Amino acid sequence: MLAESARGFLDADAPVSKLRKMRDDGKTHDPELWAEMAAMGWCGVLVPEDNGGVDMGHAAAGVIAHELGKTLAVSPFLSTAVMAATALKQVDSAASAERLSAIAEGRLTYALALDETSKFAPENSQLACEKSGNGFRLNGQKSFVVDGGFADRVLVLARSGEGPEDLTLFDLPADRAGITRNDQAMIDSRNAARLEFDNVDATGDDIIGAAGDAMTVLRPALQAGQAALSAEMTGLAAGAADMTVGYLKERQQFGRPIGSFQALQHRAAHLWCEMEVTGSAILHAGRMLDSDPGNAAMAVSLAKARAIKTAKLAVIEGVQMHGGIGMTDAFDMGFFMKRARVASEWLGDYGYHAEQVADARGF
Amino acid sequence: MSWATQDPESFRQSLRSWLDTHCPQAMRDGLNTEATICWGGKNWEFTSKHQKLWMQNAAEVGLTTPRWPAAYGGAGLSREQDKIYLEELARINARMPLLSFGIWMLGPALLAFGSEAQKQKYLPQIIRGEQRWCQGYSEPGAGSDLANVQTKAEDMGDHYLINGQKIWTSYADKADWIFALVRTDRDAPKHKGISFILIDMESEGVSTRPIQLISGASAFCETFFDNVKVPKENVVGEVNKGWDIAKYLLTHEREMISGNNQGLTSGRPLGAVLAQTAGEERLSDASLRAAAMECEIDALSVGLTLERYKDQAEAGAGVGDASAMLKYMGTELNKQRYELMMSAGGSEAIDTDGAHGDLAMDWLRSKANSIEGGTSEVMLGIISRRILGLPG
Repeated sequence: MLAESARGFLDADAPVSKLRKMRDDGKTHDPELWAEMAAMGWCGVLVPEDNGGVDMGHAAAGVIAHELGKTLAVSPFLSTAVMAATALKQVDSAASAERLSAIAEGRLTYALALDETSKFAPENSQLACEKSGNGFRLNGQKSFVVDGGFADRVLVLARSGEGPEDLTLFDLPADRAGITRNDQAMIDSRNAARLEFDNVDATGDDIIGAAGDAMTVLRPALQAGQAALSAEMTGLAAGAADMTVGYLKERQQFGRPIGSFQALQHRAAHLWCEMEVTGSAILHAGRMLDSDPGNAAMAVSLAKARAIKTAKLAVIEGVQMHGGIGMTDAFDMGFFMKRARVASEWLGDYGYHAEQVADARGF
Repeated sequence: MSWATQDPESFRQSLRSWLDTHCPQAMRDGLNTEATICWGGKNWEFTSKHQKLWMQNAAEVGLTTPRWPAAYGGAGLSREQDKIYLEELARINARMPLLSFGIWMLGPALLAFGSEAQKQKYLPQIIRGEQRWCQGYSEPGAGSDLANVQTKAEDMGDHYLINGQKIWTSYADKADWIFALVRTDRDAPKHKGISFILIDMESEGVSTRPIQLISGASAFCETFFDNVKVPKENVVGEVNKGWDIAKYLLTHEREMISGNNQGLTSGRPLGAVLAQTAGEERLSDASLRAAAMECEIDALSVGLTLERYKDQAEAGAGVGDASAMLKYMGTELNKQRYELMMSAGGSEAIDTDGAHGDLAMDWLRSKANSIEGGTSEVMLGIISRRILGLPG
């Protein structure tokens, strides 16, 4: 039911043509759409009812993300409503309660500043946080901060000591003195930014969780984001595959619909199989996060790895089976291909997640 | 034993204590290969007294057929309890007590389509491992085009007279009975003139001949029917409506083939299997490791899909044509797993007297997985036409 109402709304208010228009207008954020999503309760999908949310859980967040993926809707849903909300829920403070309410109401957007090099590796963060008087001083840079160009606040992962996980997570307003934001021109026309931190002052109140213990707060948030991103990727795979199968039924060559050719039928059927199997892994990840979050790591990595493989297949096959027009900008398939590529890198690529599964399976 | 009414946790506890006393230690070696499976049947020779004891103990409480109704001797377990049963077997690394086409195929068909008399006559014998069945579907001219069966059953008033030939009848030479598709109406369209019939392999005129395969000894046979008399009560369901049962069983078979491949869903990590095969140092081989990781990720996801479908079926929503996907993905993955294990094993794996025993034979055997029960291409055809709705 959630899926159907989401689909109806997104088909009407956030079709792929909207992404095209935003790209052509040079826009990467749509506050009106975000407000409508808040009105439907999506921004509070993981926010406790006490904080004004609907608290429907990760499986439900996955359903919404899947539908967002289908039409390539542009929104900070994952970084704000999924990841920041999950991080804030880990800490019991008046400030986090207030921020959770603001997220649920659609008044506050977040971005996560994690990566520093071209690959996802939060534990390798080098952005320095040094003691300075009663507080801290942050110096360094972050890249591929998704939604970082417009977000109101940023969760910043900083190194506070030598140990591999001696990291501290700061929750800062994005306009804090010393933070410079430069948009990155991502191929999928979504927003991402490089952030420079030049003697940025922070206090203990800006720390979320405990100093030197970022991962306790961040890990659940990352897992929630990875699971929801996987769901978004199966959504985009489904969107691309629907277009492709539709085309196979319509397009005539040699006097027949091309979907009657066995070579194409088998490719389409194989793609469907891969999507069906991946759907199970996504569902499983959402359920594990809801029922047994302490043991959800492998389920989440399994979902992300499968989602990457499947989304990649869906867009490659989408272009191939559409032939030449699949390569044109006038046609939407390219948007799906670009989003799949960016989503594959965000929050860990195939190799990263395959290694997590391999560890868990004793390889 | 009233397991059927127990809640999951007390069921798990009482099952554990039952397994403690009733599953012999020798049957806890995790072996469920073609050579170690207990198939049962009138002429079955047990490989050890432990195998016999384990089968009998399980049969006594219906655990050879955990989901079948208690009225016929099954354990009557719920879907959730059945899952727990399989988990507990995996936990102690136990072999399956009994596997057979009677359990996988005929039983479910009889439960869905059989008469009460047929259920009472055959199901208890299958459960107790006293009757071994084989499947007579394929014919030399009707492999993937199954509805093209030509074996004919003539109505002789008080019985049918059967003439024809079946092929790829697995273990027909060891089976007591065969369930077969036969043509009872030559004039009807090909799907409408087929009946599903049960034939005693000891009937006069039945003969079998094993087919040698690349893996050496073979499970497959040719089976010939030469004026075989079969009582009319042996037709299951309605005459000329056998195709409905065949379709039902094909769906069932696809799920069975995909789910039963050892290791795929049993929770045994491929990494452990490979390390066993290769010795630890070989898993650092980057290409093997990468391929194994991908295979493991895919296999875990197919396993989750199988579970999801079983839950769906339990909730009353049939899996239907999607079973073709399970069959296709499951068998292709199983082939890949064997390729990986062979690579890991190296020269020891291709030596038939080598350290890995039957691995090479099992690897060769696995090549049939994507042919038997409908080829991968037939499965993709089913999906493209019936699920995606592409033109024929």
